[in-house]
Amino acid sequence: MLAFVVQRLLQAILVMLVVALISFSLFQFVGDPINNMVGQETTTAQREALRERLGLNDPIPVQFVKWVANAAQGEFGLSYRMGKPVAALIAERLPATIELVLLSALLALLIGVPMGVHTGLRRDSWLSRVFLTVSLIGISLPTFLIGILLILIFGVWLGWLPTFGRGGTVDLGVWETSFLTLQGWSHLIMPAFTLALFQLTLIMRLVRAEMLEVLRTDYIKFARARGLRERTINFGHALKNTLVPVITIMGLQIGALLAFSIITETVFQWPGMGLLIIQAIQFVDIPIMSTYLVLVALFFVLINLAVDLLYYAVDPRLRVERAVAAI
Amino acid sequence: MHRKLGLLAAVGAVALLSGSAIAQEKVFRYATTGDILGLDPHVNNEGPTNAMKGNVYGRLLHRLPDLSLEPDLATEWELGDDGVTWRFKLREGVTFHNGNPLNADDVVYSFERQSQDASEMSFALASVKEVRKVDDHTVELVTDGPDPTLLLNMPNFYIVDQEYMEENDAFEVVQGAGRTNFANTNANGTGPFKVVEWVQDNRVVLEPNGDWWNHENRTDNIDRAVFTPIANDATRVAALLSGEIDLMYPVPLQDIRRLEGDPNVEVPQGPELRTIFLGMDQWRDELLDMPGSGKNPFKDQRVRAAFGHALDLDAIQRVVMRGASTPTGLMIAPGINGFQEDMNEPYAYDPDTSRQLLEEAGYPDGFPVTLDCPNDRYVNDEAICTAIVPMLERIGIDITLNAQNKSLHFNKIGQAEDNNTSLYMLGWTPGSYDAYNMLQNITTMDGDAQGTWNSGRYSNPEVEELTDLIAVEIDEDKRNELIRQAFQIHKDDVGHLPLHQQALAWGVRSDTVESVSQRPWNDVDLRTVVLK
Repeated sequence: MLAFVVQRLLQAILVMLVVALISFSLFQFVGDPINNMVGQETTTAQREALRERLGLNDPIPVQFVKWVANAAQGEFGLSYRMGKPVAALIAERLPATIELVLLSALLALLIGVPMGVHTGLRRDSWLSRVFLTVSLIGISLPTFLIGILLILIFGVWLGWLPTFGRGGTVDLGVWETSFLTLQGWSHLIMPAFTLALFQLTLIMRLVRAEMLEVLRTDYIKFARARGLRERTINFGHALKNTLVPVITIMGLQIGALLAFSIITETVFQWPGMGLLIIQAIQFVDIPIMSTYLVLVALFFVLINLAVDLLYYAVDPRLRVERAVAAI
Repeated sequence: MHRKLGLLAAVGAVALLSGSAIAQEKVFRYATTGDILGLDPHVNNEGPTNAMKGNVYGRLLHRLPDLSLEPDLATEWELGDDGVTWRFKLREGVTFHNGNPLNADDVVYSFERQSQDASEMSFALASVKEVRKVDDHTVELVTDGPDPTLLLNMPNFYIVDQEYMEENDAFEVVQGAGRTNFANTNANGTGPFKVVEWVQDNRVVLEPNGDWWNHENRTDNIDRAVFTPIANDATRVAALLSGEIDLMYPVPLQDIRRLEGDPNVEVPQGPELRTIFLGMDQWRDELLDMPGSGKNPFKDQRVRAAFGHALDLDAIQRVVMRGASTPTGLMIAPGINGFQEDMNEPYAYDPDTSRQLLEEAGYPDGFPVTLDCPNDRYVNDEAICTAIVPMLERIGIDITLNAQNKSLHFNKIGQAEDNNTSLYMLGWTPGSYDAYNMLQNITTMDGDAQGTWNSGRYSNPEVEELTDLIAVEIDEDKRNELIRQAFQIHKDDVGHLPLHQQALAWGVRSDTVESVSQRPWNDVDLRTVVLK
């Protein structure tokens, strides 16, 4: 088990290096940061001096090696746009995104799974039909449109919720949280729901399909024949056996949410990592882009590791195979 | 559980209490597309950042919304008989936000700091050789040669506190590389507002400076100002409609009518100072799109004139800009020093003349050319270019549109890639609000710091010479005559193709804002904000 974890972590380092290399070779296509950094009156000589100071005249492989050498020492450089250390900027933004993603993942699970179970068990009830219709909207409408619609309804027409930003945060030292005040929640709920809607419908449809599959299997029929209670069959046997794909998808989705909550964060001006990276791309802020991409690679590796470990917990067969292989 | 509810209730009560406290003080909340780049007045030269610096830092002179100058930290000034020594008398009793008094040493120190090579703002002091302290409240600025635009540049000369900067080891101007800059995250000016808090990409909170030298006569009435960047157009409009902010800019053109329809919102509009124009490659012997031909049609004045007569500027104004622009025939906007009202007539729209001119020039069937455009820099930039394509096709030009983001566009047309363009779009606002700045950067090539954005490398010896004279001519009438001559030659040459000044449009809540001045360089001076 320990060997497995260590092996995965070593793989993580390799993945991060490859991601960094690829991103560095792509950066030359996003444009020149100098024009974004300086004003229009800056002379050619000043531009050239700045380019030299930032090391942008070095060949790409040299820039890459320099960056990796610095990163290995925990030195990620200064943002071109803001002149602040990249590590500090990311640390400042991470809580906003993690809270947003956490809440939307929870929403997706807590609403999506029961909806999936219901539509799987009572395929023909009117509620199932409503759920399925609504889920079509969730799947087919793009995120930014849902966000803007929610803003229009709850922010502009009804005036119940703030339309943008993150407010009412409480500073816990290293972590600024929205969870402790009503105002914080009022800012959080719309973006979280917007982000959750797609995952929610995905999970619901996944659980439904899996339930339909599992309910047809022999062991469910035998469980019925044994006279077990409906509730035990549905949740103890059927639902548990649908969970492996749900966990896989959910794991990948959380990674995707962390990395790519860009659209939701832009629409709601949510000061998280998505907003940071989109602005970095527009500005050609290379230190932020490279650090961010490597960090995202790390997230994905860690989440996949967690998913693998969860499989052991959910599926006893995997544990047996491992044991056999060890002998 | 009950305890938790109690806690929630307590938190809610606190939120309500603080809410009502805020309701009593006058808070002005405003938003634009991007955050300020930093608080160091000497690092960046960028719109929203400069506006914020103007609220916080003092300058020798302050520019009013009508572009005229008024005394700020200097009370009187005069040019010495030698024509290069300007003597400024400093206002007495001015203090910085930290309580330190302003004196001549601070001005000398600010000059040394701002004129470092790494400073984006050094252009404002490019002509200044030396700043001398005469006594505690008198300084002398000595220029290299006579500089008629020195006073116009003074609103860009920001005064910082020497003691404060030295205490924090912040002399060096830091951008992108080097140590983190203390001065870029902390502000200590002499301006009417103090920075209370800056949370990057989230908010800048300002409060009036009770010790500001002119606090008694202040023209604003706000107790607190909150600046928020909101990048997404729709979100910014929604925030205004829901009343969460009192003012936002720019208003997307397609939303102007919608906002005007709201009884609580007003949409003041005015011309901006930036002129949008097209430029043409006039230096390569062979056009980029005509390899092997050995020809560059744009070297022929008749071809450039043909392009000028082919552009239907009124159609662009009416259809693409929905009326929110002013077609122009000059490279600078009304209000800029040196603007010539009677020369502002654009080239007449006349495709037949264009075809005839092309035929005379030896291109009866046109020629291929690529139009380079940004798609995220100016109002409807890509749409303007898309509209220009069929206008040029109509006179037989085989045109390809290449629209890309500003990072790539400016790189391609700029000196970084050796002006790798044949036909391009660019916009320019002279930073000193004087014609010389445009002549220097756009229409001349010879000499240091000239032609930085003259991407087609237009160069006429007469204009070059006139520009050098304009740089040092002190007499206003003579200088204006020289500017006229230069403009006339450039216009006859069809050196560039001016398109328009885009209109600026703000969204203002009329239920909370009594009045605010819309400065033609599109930013908010908090001094002018009066709330209801």
